[in-house]
Amino acid sequence: MIPITHAVALSGILFLLGVLGALTRRNLIVILMSIELMLNAVNLALVAFARQWGNQAGQLFVLMVIVVAAAEVAVGLGIVLSLFRNRESVNVEDASLLKW
Amino acid sequence: MTLGLFYFFAFIAIAGALGMLLNTRNTVAGALSLVATMCALGAIYVLLDAYLIGALQIMVYAGAILVLFLFVVMLLNLRQDAFVGARFAKPLFWTLAAAALAAGFLALLPGAFGPPAEIPSDFGGYRAVGAELFTDYVLAFEVTSLLLLSAMIGAVILAKRKIDG
Amino acid sequence: MELQVVFKLLFIVLVIMAAFLPLITWVERKQSAVMQDRIGANRADVLGITALGLLHPAADVVKLLTKEDVVPAGANRWIHQLAPVIALVPAIITLAVIPYGGAYQLDGWVLNLVVADIDWGMLYVFAVGSIATYGAVMAGWASNSNWGLLGSMRASAQMISYEVTMGLSLVGLFMVFDSLRLTEIAQAQDATFRIFGFLELLGMAVPGWLAWLQLPSWGVFLQPLGFILFLTCIMAENKRPPFDAPEGESELVAGYHMEYSGMRFGLFYTAEFLEVPVIGMIVTTLFLGGWSIPWLSQAEIIGGLTPALGVTFATVLCMVLHVVSFLLKVIVMIWLQMALRWTLPRFRYDQVMDLCWKMILPISIANAFVTGGVILLLERVG
Repeated sequence: MIPITHAVALSGILFLLGVLGALTRRNLIVILMSIELMLNAVNLALVAFARQWGNQAGQLFVLMVIVVAAAEVAVGLGIVLSLFRNRESVNVEDASLLKW
Repeated sequence: MTLGLFYFFAFIAIAGALGMLLNTRNTVAGALSLVATMCALGAIYVLLDAYLIGALQIMVYAGAILVLFLFVVMLLNLRQDAFVGARFAKPLFWTLAAAALAAGFLALLPGAFGPPAEIPSDFGGYRAVGAELFTDYVLAFEVTSLLLLSAMIGAVILAKRKIDG
Repeated sequence: MELQVVFKLLFIVLVIMAAFLPLITWVERKQSAVMQDRIGANRADVLGITALGLLHPAADVVKLLTKEDVVPAGANRWIHQLAPVIALVPAIITLAVIPYGGAYQLDGWVLNLVVADIDWGMLYVFAVGSIATYGAVMAGWASNSNWGLLGSMRASAQMISYEVTMGLSLVGLFMVFDSLRLTEIAQAQDATFRIFGFLELLGMAVPGWLAWLQLPSWGVFLQPLGFILFLTCIMAENKRPPFDAPEGESELVAGYHMEYSGMRFGLFYTAEFLEVPVIGMIVTTLFLGGWSIPWLSQAEIIGGLTPALGVTFATVLCMVLHVVSFLLKVIVMIWLQMALRWTLPRFRYDQVMDLCWKMILPISIANAFVTGGVILLLERVG
């Protein structure tokens, strides 16, 4: 069987890679993909702990997270399309009008 | 054997994530390596006795959400952003610090948890998860349907071209 | 235990893939020729013996292997080379869960003629089918050509739309058979039901002469609408004509696999033609009773043959009969798909999407409702 530490370590590594991507990349689509990666890392932790405690509610929560991620991706990519239509670029540095 | 499979899929997951992260020339290749990560995670869910969730991960995440990403990337035909090494320095430092902290916590974990709980034989199967979803958590289920409806309406409005006249 | 799996895998590779595939390319040409009142391909010969065109598949393989492999300039080389593999692999690994025989008691151990008897078998089929989308998507984009990109856009939208309705049209079937495990679904179809059994719902007893009319409890009789919807959806998912707008030969010059030549195109070709028996096998297992022989359940066959042949030999003979029955039903489904291909003209792309979202989706949800209602009614009565 898979020890809980291994699964949590993998979840942590993926989450940190997602955070790194969301902080350093300038392409809006890559930032969205990094957010997806973070959500998946959380899903992995939930599934691992559901197995550890024998509680299926963890897996149900993963189902909800997948649904929310799907909704968020749909709307997020709609925003990306609108942004691209207005500015011809998906670089977030080109969309920094509100920055002081 | 299970542990060996877990290491194999964990390696693919991390390699896919790195491929997405470090790939500045080609966003499509980055999205495709994220697909590899999703499929590897689906396999890990199956190894962790979450059969329904594993199948759904591949069907929904790898099979639909990332196709949507690929669609948008291909439609927009994007210019690539250049690799700026200096931009990575500070976040990388703090990420490694966080990783060191997490490793410190993880070193304490093996004593804290004990063996996995005994599970019934249909744990994580579609029957058990479905039964629990539609009895104890049916409100959450109905609310997610509303969430999806609002997301659908929002996506259509945002992505629609203005029809003149 | 492991030896069993190896043997079953060998059966799949040697019988189904290596034997079916060339046969299907031959059937494709010959059946279309017969339907179109012409002779078809019959020139390939060995030392002057043309075997009704049966040597053409071999000639095809030799031709594809010896052609030059062209990677277009400006195309992404890795993705271009990876795409045919991703298109082919899902079709092959779907074969792992399909039962081509039942469970047989042989001298104390049970032989189960399926490679992987997983509890969520149909979910596995759906999951693997959704990976196949990437083959089409990557192929078109990596080819760096307009027609390719257009074809792959159409392919990806069509495939992800029909995945949804493929699952929904099967909800009624899952409710009727109460399982997602393909072996259980095939096993449940190894029985018969009385056509006039519904009279018991109205409180009347079924008279003896009407009770004699029995149909095998196949999915196609219990869920006829589900059968039609699922057949449509799975043909559209695999881009079988008449749903081949993504590779519309008259519009898009071969669409997403236009820039592929030689054996890479051969891999796409193999994927498309492997999906024909795979569709046939899935539909057979779910709707046409799988490996069962109509009106003769496994117990009856073994019981009937035992006095003459002894239990072990009767079981082996029953096993052979079941496998032959399965293959015959798959051949009927292959014939049906080829006939549909050459009868219906290609649907326009907006017609394909309209069909999915505006017609099949509501009808499959209504099917699920009605099926659920009938099942509850039957439970309440008896």
